[in-house]
Amino acid sequence: MAEPVLKLSNLTKTFGALKATDDVSLDLKPGEIHALIGPNGAGKSTLIHQIAGSLRPDTGSIRFLGHDVGALGVPERARMGLGRTFQISSLTPEFSALRNVMLAVQARQGTSFRFFRPVMRDRTLTEPAMAMLERVGLAGRAAVPAAELSHGERRQLEIAIALALGSKAFLLDEPMAGMDPEGSKTLTGFLDQLRAEAPILLVEHDMDAVFALADRITVLVYGRVIATGTVEDIRNDADVRRAYLGEEA
Amino acid sequence: MQTALLIEQILNGLQFGVMLFLMAAGLTLIFGVMGLINLAHGSLYMVGAFACATVAAATGSFWLGLVASLAAAAAAGALMEITVIRRLYERDHLDQVLATFALILVFSEGTRWIFGSIPLYLNIPPLLAGAIPLPGGSAYPLYRVAIIGVGIAVAIGLHLLITRTRLGMRIRAGESDREMIGALGVDIRTLYTVVFALGAALAGLAGAMVGALQSVQVGMGEPVLILAFVVIVIGGIGSIHGALVGALLVGLIDTLGRFLLPVALATFMGPSAAASIGASVASMLIYVFMALVLAIRPRGLFAAAG
Amino acid sequence: MTRETLISLAIVLALLAIPLWATAAGETFYITLATRMAILALAAVGLNIALGLGGLVSFGHAAFFGIGGYAAGILASHAFNMEPLPFGLPGTNAMPVIWIVAIVASGLVALAIGAISLRTAGVYFIMITLAFAQMIFYFAISWPAYGGEDGLSIFVRNQFPGVNTLNGLSFFFVCFTLLIASLGLFSLLRASRFGAALQAARQNEQRLATVGIAPYRIRLAAFVISAMVTGLAGALFADLNRFVSPSMLSWHMSGELIVLIILGGVGRLAGPVAGAMLYVAFEYFLGGITERWQLFLGLLLLAVVLFARGGVVGLLAGKARHG
Repeated sequence: MAEPVLKLSNLTKTFGALKATDDVSLDLKPGEIHALIGPNGAGKSTLIHQIAGSLRPDTGSIRFLGHDVGALGVPERARMGLGRTFQISSLTPEFSALRNVMLAVQARQGTSFRFFRPVMRDRTLTEPAMAMLERVGLAGRAAVPAAELSHGERRQLEIAIALALGSKAFLLDEPMAGMDPEGSKTLTGFLDQLRAEAPILLVEHDMDAVFALADRITVLVYGRVIATGTVEDIRNDADVRRAYLGEEA
Repeated sequence: MQTALLIEQILNGLQFGVMLFLMAAGLTLIFGVMGLINLAHGSLYMVGAFACATVAAATGSFWLGLVASLAAAAAAGALMEITVIRRLYERDHLDQVLATFALILVFSEGTRWIFGSIPLYLNIPPLLAGAIPLPGGSAYPLYRVAIIGVGIAVAIGLHLLITRTRLGMRIRAGESDREMIGALGVDIRTLYTVVFALGAALAGLAGAMVGALQSVQVGMGEPVLILAFVVIVIGGIGSIHGALVGALLVGLIDTLGRFLLPVALATFMGPSAAASIGASVASMLIYVFMALVLAIRPRGLFAAAG
Repeated sequence: MTRETLISLAIVLALLAIPLWATAAGETFYITLATRMAILALAAVGLNIALGLGGLVSFGHAAFFGIGGYAAGILASHAFNMEPLPFGLPGTNAMPVIWIVAIVASGLVALAIGAISLRTAGVYFIMITLAFAQMIFYFAISWPAYGGEDGLSIFVRNQFPGVNTLNGLSFFFVCFTLLIASLGLFSLLRASRFGAALQAARQNEQRLATVGIAPYRIRLAAFVISAMVTGLAGALFADLNRFVSPSMLSWHMSGELIVLIILGGVGRLAGPVAGAMLYVAFEYFLGGITERWQLFLGLLLLAVVLFARGGVVGLLAGKARHG
C-alpha cells in the first residue's frame, strides 16, 4: 500500500469548552480525492486551518510527505507543496489574474529578495503563470484585476495559483461554493483530471460533486469522525444517514 | 530621609500612573467598542484643562471648574464624534490616524486663537492645599493624594459600569459583535456617541486635575497621549484592566527610573556623568519596557483572546 | 507613456522650474523653498515605500529623519571643532561620507524598531512606531553632548566634491538629483519581485503566506529601505537649515510626512513630490497671511481624508492601475 501523502493522527483542538476537533485521524493517499463532509459547524474549517498551519492543534500530529510539519508555519508548509484554496476566495485584489499567479511562480522559484528586475519583463515568471491560466481556462482574463473577476473566475484563479506552486497535495475548501450548475460541472471535470497531478483533500457541500469525484469520504460531525469509507460505504452507513444525509434530504 | 524620599517617589509614580489611566481608559474603550484609533484624545485633555482654568478663574471655584472641564470635554467629544469620527469607523487605520491628526491641528490652533500662546495657571483648591505627613518626618501634598483617590474611584466606577449596568452590557456586546447589537435594537449611533463622550470626559478630568500641577497650555495633551498609547499597548488594546495595570507600571517605572537610575549610576561614576546619563537612559526606560512586553506578548499583557 | 507617468514627469519638472525661475528673477528665497520641497519629498518617497507599497502605517519616520539630521550635525561639529569621535574616528564635512553614515545609522535603528514593531499589526504597529520615535526624541532632548533641547548648529554647510554647496542653486541640484534617484529606486522596487511580494502583503497577507512567502521578512526589509531613504533626506535637511534639533524627531514630523503622502496620493510614484510641493507652498503662502495656517491645514487635511482619498495625483491621474 502506498505511503500516504498527508496523514493526520489524533488531532484535537478546543476553544474554551468547545471541542472543535476531537481526536481526528485521516490520511490522503497518492492519486486519490478524499472528500471531507459534514454539516455546518462540524469543524471542517478548523481542521483545514490546522492542516494549513494557521492554527495549532492542542494534541496530535500532522505528517506531510513523511515529515512532521506540526511546528511549521503556513509559508513553510506551502513551500513543501501544500496547495490550498479558500472557502471565500483569497487573492491580491489589485493585481491582475496573471500577477496573482506570477506571485506563486516567484515563490516557487525561491527568493523574493530581488529588487531591480521588473517582473512583467521576466519571462521565467510570466510564461509559467500564463500556462497555468490556460490550464484553468482563464487565459483570456489574464490582465483583469482579481477584484473585477467573477466569482467563478476567482475560484479558477485560486486553483491556478495552487497549480503554479507545484503542489504535492491540494487542500480545496468548498471550491464549488456559489458556482452555478454549469460552472460546478466544468470544475468537477477539471478536478477529476487534477488528481493525477496530486491528491486532493476536498471539503465540499455539493453532494453531487462529492459522490462523482471522491475515492473516499470522511464524515465529520461535532468535530469527530463518524465514518470513513468509499462512496458506497458512506451512502449505506446508518450513522451518516441519521446524522447528516438525513438533514440534507 | 532616603526612605521618605522613596515613598514620595512611589506616590508620585502612582499619581502619574492614575492620570495616565484616565487617558488610557478612554482610548482603549473607544478602540475596543468602535475599533477607532483617536490621536485627538490629547486635545480633549487640553480642552478639559482650559475649561477648568477659565471657569475657575472666572468664578473663583476650582470645583465649578472641574464640573466645567467634564462638561466641556464631553461636549467637545460628542461634537467631534458626530461631525468627524462617525465617518471613520468603516475606514482603515491610516484614514483614522490622518483625520484625527488633522483634528489635533484644528484644536490646537483653535485654542491658541481663543486663548493666545500664554499659559494659564490653575490653583490647587484650598480644601486640598495641605499636606499629609509621611513616615520619616516629611510630608506629601494632599492634592496629589486626592488625584490618586479620584483615579481609584474612576477605575472602580468603570469596572462597575461595564460589569453591572445596561450601558456596560451594551458596551461589552458592542465589543464582541457590532451587528448583533444593532439587531438587538440598540441605537448604535447613540451608543457610540455616548462612549466617545465618556472617554472624552475622562480625558478632560485628567487634564483639569493636572492643570493645577503644571501650566495649562496648547500642546499639553500630546506627550500624555503618546504615553497613554504606550500604556494601552502594554496592557492590551481594548482592555480596561490592562489600561489600569499598564498605566500604574508606566507611571512607576518612569518616575522611579528617573529617581533611582542616577543614584545607581553614581555608585560607579562621577556624579555629573551619572546625572546626565541617568536622565537620558531613564527617559527611554518605559519604551524599553514596552519593547520587552511586546517581545514576550505581542498583543499586550491583557490581550483579548484571538 | 501612461497618464500617471506623464503627470509624474510634469510634477517633477514643475519642481525643477521653481529655482530656475527664481534664479532668473533674482528671487533667491524661492530656491530655498524649492530645496525644502525636494528634501521633504525625498523623505516622503522613503516613507511611501513602507506606507504606499507595504501598507505599513509608520507613525515614527521622524526618528529616521532626525537620525539622518544628527548624523550630519554630529559629524560636521566634530570636523569643525577638530575633535575626534569615539574610537578616534575623525569628523567629516564631506557629504558623501555623511550620507552613508546617515543611511547606515537609520537602517540599523529601523532594523531594531522594525523587528519588534512588525511582530504586531494594525493599530499596534502605528502606536509602537510612534512610541519608539518618541523614545529617540526624548533621548535627544536629555542627552546634553550634542545640544540637548537646543539642538546643534552646522556652522558651514557640508561639502560635496566638485560642487559649491554654499550656492543655493547648486545645493538644490544635489537634493533634486537624490530625489530623482529615489524615485527611480521606488519605481524599480515597485516593479520587482520584492515589490510584488510587498504589495501582496499589503493587499492580502493570508494569500502571500499561502504561496509560501513569509510576510515578516519582506516587510522588515521594506521598513529598513524606507528608513534609509528618509534618513538620507534628514541629512540634507540639516544641511539646508544648517541646524538640527529634536524637533526633527518629533511626532509632528512623523505626522507631516504621512500628510505629505496623503495630500499627494498614496503609493503613487510622484505622490510625495506633489504632496511636498503643496505642503511647503501652503505653509509659506498661508503662513504669510495668517499665523494660524495649521488650522486651515487641518481642515484641508480633513477634507482630503473624508472626501478626496486619491490625493492630488489621484485627482489628476484617475484610478491606479497595477500591471
